[in-house]
Amino acid sequence: MKHTEILHRCFRCGYCKLPGNYIDFNCPAYAAFRFESYSPGGRMWLLRAWLDDKLEPSRRFQEILFSCTACRNCVEQCALTRIKDELLLAFIAGKGELVGEGKVPPPVRDCLTRLQQYGNPYGLARKKRSNWAVDAEVEEFSDQEFLFFPGDVGAFDSRGQEISRSVAALLTRLGISFGILGDREVSDGNEANAMGESELFRLLAEENIENFNRRNVKKIVALSPHGFNALKNEYPALGGTYQVFHYTQIVAARVGDLALNDNLSKIRVTYHDPCYLGRHNWEYGAARKVLAALPGLEMREMDRSMQDALCCGGGGGNLFTDVLGNGPESPARNRVAEALDTGAEILAVSCPTCAVMLEDAVKSNNMEGRIQVKEISEIVNERLNDHP
Amino acid sequence: MDNIYEVLSEIVGPEFVSDSPEEKYIYSMDPGTMPACEPDIVVMPGSTEEVQKIVQTANAHRVPVVPMGAGLVLSGLTRALKGGIVLDMKRMNRILEINKLSRYALVEAGTSQGMLQAHLKKHFPDLKHSAPDAPPAATVAGNVCIHGSGHMSHAGGFHSDMLNGLEVVLPTGEVVRIGSCATSAYWFARAPLPDLSGLFLGWAGTTGVITKLAIKLYPNYPYNDVGVFVCEDASIVPDILYQITGTQVAEDVTTWMTPKPDWAAGFMHCNVNYGAKTKQELIWKRNLIRSAVESYIDDKTGGFLPLPSMMKQRFLEVPARQLSLFADVRKGGGFEYVGAIMPVEIFPEAYDLGLDIADKLAVSYSMGCRIIGVNHSMMFFYAYAFNRADPADIARAQGALEETNKRVLDMGGVPWKAEAPAQQEIIRKMDPNTFDMMHRVRSILDPNGIMNPGNWEDN
Repeated sequence: MKHTEILHRCFRCGYCKLPGNYIDFNCPAYAAFRFESYSPGGRMWLLRAWLDDKLEPSRRFQEILFSCTACRNCVEQCALTRIKDELLLAFIAGKGELVGEGKVPPPVRDCLTRLQQYGNPYGLARKKRSNWAVDAEVEEFSDQEFLFFPGDVGAFDSRGQEISRSVAALLTRLGISFGILGDREVSDGNEANAMGESELFRLLAEENIENFNRRNVKKIVALSPHGFNALKNEYPALGGTYQVFHYTQIVAARVGDLALNDNLSKIRVTYHDPCYLGRHNWEYGAARKVLAALPGLEMREMDRSMQDALCCGGGGGNLFTDVLGNGPESPARNRVAEALDTGAEILAVSCPTCAVMLEDAVKSNNMEGRIQVKEISEIVNERLNDHP
Repeated sequence: MDNIYEVLSEIVGPEFVSDSPEEKYIYSMDPGTMPACEPDIVVMPGSTEEVQKIVQTANAHRVPVVPMGAGLVLSGLTRALKGGIVLDMKRMNRILEINKLSRYALVEAGTSQGMLQAHLKKHFPDLKHSAPDAPPAATVAGNVCIHGSGHMSHAGGFHSDMLNGLEVVLPTGEVVRIGSCATSAYWFARAPLPDLSGLFLGWAGTTGVITKLAIKLYPNYPYNDVGVFVCEDASIVPDILYQITGTQVAEDVTTWMTPKPDWAAGFMHCNVNYGAKTKQELIWKRNLIRSAVESYIDDKTGGFLPLPSMMKQRFLEVPARQLSLFADVRKGGGFEYVGAIMPVEIFPEAYDLGLDIADKLAVSYSMGCRIIGVNHSMMFFYAYAFNRADPADIARAQGALEETNKRVLDMGGVPWKAEAPAQQEIIRKMDPNTFDMMHRVRSILDPNGIMNPGNWEDN
């Protein structure tokens, strides 16, 4: 296993469990389960114990590892500067070892099987991947400037499909030249990679790269921060080097061109930073720049924002595997409560995974009618001059 | 134990009880050098009522109970030496009251230092508590229980001195309140009632489970500074500390001695942290502190270090994140220290002792002290780094700690938050009548001997 040399170097000081301002627990798995074993330090020591044959890879051991959402809070906060960058890589390597031994929780096994068989974690037919675009007047990619890459959630989840259409409409409104690959696209593989299935990730990525290269794709605008991360940071090592943008970056650069309605009632908005845009790629400004440009919006930051943001709990494949569960201390339910505490009426998101997780949490917390989860492009589109 | 597991599941909910090998492994040790001792069950209560029911169950079945905060004591005090139940208190982390005008905070026992610090910063920015140099995940209660110290200890003494009141579940299951809260809705002081708090402070969880506590808060000033006085002669340090603390304008006075980086080797560094409401007041305090040691500056036996702003920021950071880096000195994730409570006058001997042991046992060291009160005592620490993956290196650090404990006792100091073996050394030195009284008190409170057994026992 890679990165074993750092496992014993964790002191378990616990900075990794907290955000930078210490206001509450910020490791999603630890906050949900509260046993020290679920903390990053606990996982480090358990991995070491397993490799030293002091522990069996039991079902609980597997769940402890796969409850990690790969949110990177531990990397951000770890006090040990010489090992911190490897923490998440070590957890992913540990998951990879379990995958190699076939010792993973059944939902993880099923998710990986669906990815392998169908090219998406939903187990839906590939030809359905472009269903979201049927009424969206979106062109197939030929020689446009950008390839629009909606990713799995944007293509298959009903809420994700709404977001894909909304973002596509906004990009069109901004005059962005883009097209889609439709059912020739497969999963970006980010979640397979985060679940330790590096070989499956490679296969998925290579299929996408082959399609991209055949069509001479140069620039990609990703809907999902997860896809953005894989395309930007992982694909180059496999021969797929492109200019990759998250859609908020494109919108932020052009938001001044939009004709916005100044006469709408004021709304209070808070913004949830997605982990794969924030801590994984240090992009905190784009979505905020878009929101700041909208008339009538009052921004309220949560206590845990930007590099301190609490993960929604959907990363590391958890949207599909639900290893974290939906208990009262689940990160998504904590997060919407924190958003409500700011006095915001709208919880703005820029990730379809976060949108799905947080909307479910609003329902679980019986907060419907008190706070609404909206994706950035939806908020922008509603404030256009000619919005019906 | 199967039956107890079921009962505990009913009390706290099955998701907060575990007898899985993973939890038994993780809770069997802390980051220090003490060997692993597995609990049978780990349970996480969410309320005083749940703690009460757990303790009643344990008492009825004569099962050991080991209360635990963040488990960061480093000396293994939260290991289940005789098996039983580890009570992880961190679900009980509500901040119940901040009384601004009487400057106290009432918190549940699992509240972390960091959480209280963040809460005050957000809601009461002109108040702060005395945070220790432990990581922010450490609990307020845990640090009070072990007579910890922190960034207001020059002004306010040990953290146990800053305690206003306690709620405790006794080993037999009764809930008691100690301090003004026993007779009043306010948690403002331990006086004037008979002070029973000593029954639960320094006992390593052997007399009951603290569920709530109130601690004193202090002014949080907008202007803060630190001066570092440096000298080469350990024999003059007690007087330097006497002079500086005599001004009574500092909040925290600490010393540090380390062989790395090279520029620090061989020098005694005395950090003086102070704060003020205005810039003028800060300058006035700086001048007062400087004038207290002017004679040493004039005869060139010492002086204040010019501090680059990055270093100053690091010295002003609370808690000091940098301290955790010591665990990686040997690329091994381990350090432990003897923190010995001593009179300030034996600083020179304490320093020589640290050098001697580090040299003899070839261990990495870092030494220093924190002044408690107005030079009333000091917590002198000897920290030793070790490589967790190397049993020989762990043994070497254990040896250093053991020898340090013995020699500290010989010098007239008392090891702080002593490991079980160090407790034995203390007991050997202790007035037998005192230890007999401890034993009798404990027998009354805990007739079945369920609370953290193996600690403070005569072997």
